[in-house]
Amino acid sequence: MNILVCISKSPDTTSKIAFTDGNTKFDENGVQYIVNPYDEWYSLVRALEIKESLGGNVTIITVGNTGDEAIIRKALAIGADNAVRIDAEPIDAFYVASQIATYAKKNNFDLILTGKETINYNGSQVGGMIAEHLELPYVSLASKLDVAGNVLTLEQEIVGGVQVVEVATPVVVSCAKGMAEQRIPNMRGIMAARTKPLEVIAPESLDLFTQFEAYSLPDAKKACTMIDPMNMESLVELLHNEAKVI
Amino acid sequence: MKTLVYINNNHFSAKASFEAVTYAKKLGGEVVVITYGDSTGAELLGAYGATKVLVDSSLANADEQQITRLVASAVESTGAEVIVFSHDLVAKAVAPRLSVRLKAGLVSGAIALPETANGFTCKVNVFSGKAFATVSVKTTVKIISLLPNSIQPENIGGSAVVETFNGNTGESSIKVVSTKKPEGNIPLPEAELVVSAGRGLKGPENWGIVEDLASALGAATACSRPVADIGWRPHHEHVGQTGVAIRPNLYIAAGISGAIQHLAGVNGSKVIVVINSDPEAPFFKAADYGIVGDAFDVLPKLTEAIKKFKNAN
Ligand SMILES: Cc1cc2nc3c(=O)[nH]c(=O)nc-3n(C[C@H](O)[C@H](O)[C@H](O)COP(=O)(O)OP(=O)(O)OC[C@H]3O[C@@H](n4cnc5c(N)ncnc54)[C@H](O)[C@@H]3O)c2cc1C
Ligand SMILES: Nc1ncnc2c1ncn2[C@@H]1O[C@H](COP(=O)(O)O)[C@@H](O)[C@H]1O
Repeated sequence: MNILVCISKSPDTTSKIAFTDGNTKFDENGVQYIVNPYDEWYSLVRALEIKESLGGNVTIITVGNTGDEAIIRKALAIGADNAVRIDAEPIDAFYVASQIATYAKKNNFDLILTGKETINYNGSQVGGMIAEHLELPYVSLASKLDVAGNVLTLEQEIVGGVQVVEVATPVVVSCAKGMAEQRIPNMRGIMAARTKPLEVIAPESLDLFTQFEAYSLPDAKKACTMIDPMNMESLVELLHNEAKVI
Repeated sequence: MKTLVYINNNHFSAKASFEAVTYAKKLGGEVVVITYGDSTGAELLGAYGATKVLVDSSLANADEQQITRLVASAVESTGAEVIVFSHDLVAKAVAPRLSVRLKAGLVSGAIALPETANGFTCKVNVFSGKAFATVSVKTTVKIISLLPNSIQPENIGGSAVVETFNGNTGESSIKVVSTKKPEGNIPLPEAELVVSAGRGLKGPENWGIVEDLASALGAATACSRPVADIGWRPHHEHVGQTGVAIRPNLYIAAGISGAIQHLAGVNGSKVIVVINSDPEAPFFKAADYGIVGDAFDVLPKLTEAIKKFKNAN
């Protein structure tokens, strides 16, 4: 199977979230970037497992600038065969998905995997957009993926439950927890990653649909009101009269 | 101006649907709903401001590609300029597809009405609820996917006209083999009140006191990740960065330390109550009300107090 795995960077969860330039830019000062966990732990690892059992090739793709090559090397060290970087600022989901779709159109992938969402913008948008560009079916939030010939059987989360579906390749799938177990790259993988091919492609120019104009932080939380564990009536009264939530 | 609201089949009396229609109504133009399947009860949405409900009753089940075609046909036939979804799992797959199909900018996870004085901008949650962003939409047709619990539904009375509609949805390319829905429970992402517990509860046999409180309140139950990982609770209850993100009105957490990855999924809650035996537990920093105490004593006492309150009101 010829598999394309979309990977993005995201700030490490312990990163301080702050903004600069009059609150128009994310403050990257001291921020440690990691491979978005859904992309690394679930989609990439499942793609590798499929390749190991059925043969094929795993290409990773990211829309980002030179600074993102560290996360690309990490994904190569885990086992991807080759990498593509579309050399552009990932402005919004539409921009990212359009760039990836353009690349995918020129190459025949049986399976395109994304993560459930990026943990910075949480849009869950890129996978569906790629699918529409390529006019392919899209199975979102899959927690299981099995392959038999050109038919995939997937388990996916739906509103209020889970369902099992079957779909023929080519298809776009977004991956959630349950899909695979995290892999830690070993020394051999890290060495091999240095010489694996990384193709850098210029982006196509596009009209933008949306733009992030400004950011803000939630109001500082007021200090927690402590309540006597023996007096739950007072908590109920505060929840009713002060917080007005019951 | 017309606004089109997509409502899931048979979700005509769901709070999330009332929110989406109310939101559309507040945009100022005429509100038309598009849905499919059985239309029983669809006229109800008129009470929240919809004048018309278009139903493609030729479809019983639809995959997201078909729903995308359905909504696109309805946009074409109504000339709607704004399309509103409730940000659920269907919307997360359909809205991005529709954005590409209609060349319409998408605001994913809106938490407020747009500002239209100068362009069209909308506030969304970013960085797992740790920050907000203002997104401007540059396209003529705009799509907004509204986070649940962001707006109060307003029942203004009235009833909508229900009309059949042919969405030209084509064939499904995805075959559903089986579906499992946990019974009875309130689905976590939609719940307004949530009671959650963590490793501090010591074992699955102790969850009775959590469920008692949840049922006294009419709340959904949730848990921390280790609890789902060890199998004390089902996976769909796991909230946090790698689980479900929720933003209920009230989140009660017992025996959960408040690790940053847990907070990422719950810090959008309006009010947080933390019960923990350790006064130094990090969760207290994110709480509105805190109780330093043993969950095994506090939870039953709180359940009693809630029952007393419910009986009196
Ligand atoms: C990449 C990554 C992603 C993660 N994603 C998630 C996620 O999505 N969701 C999530 O929850 N976690 C997640 N975690 C794990 C997270 O870091 C914490 O380990 C986890 O949330 C801790 O769960 P806990 O609070 O139930 O357990 P503990 O940390 O063990 O805390 C138990 C708490 O119970 C208290 N306690 C003990 N006995 C009692 C008692 N009798 N009465 C009252 N209180 C008592 C203790 O004081 C303690 O504060 C993630 C971790 C990583 C590294
Ligand atoms: N800049 C990017 N480059 C490559 N893939 C991306 C990028 N941003 C997002 N993705 C993919 O799209 C998924 C969903 O992202 P999002 O729509 O931002 O929540 C991620 O898990 C990635 O697989």
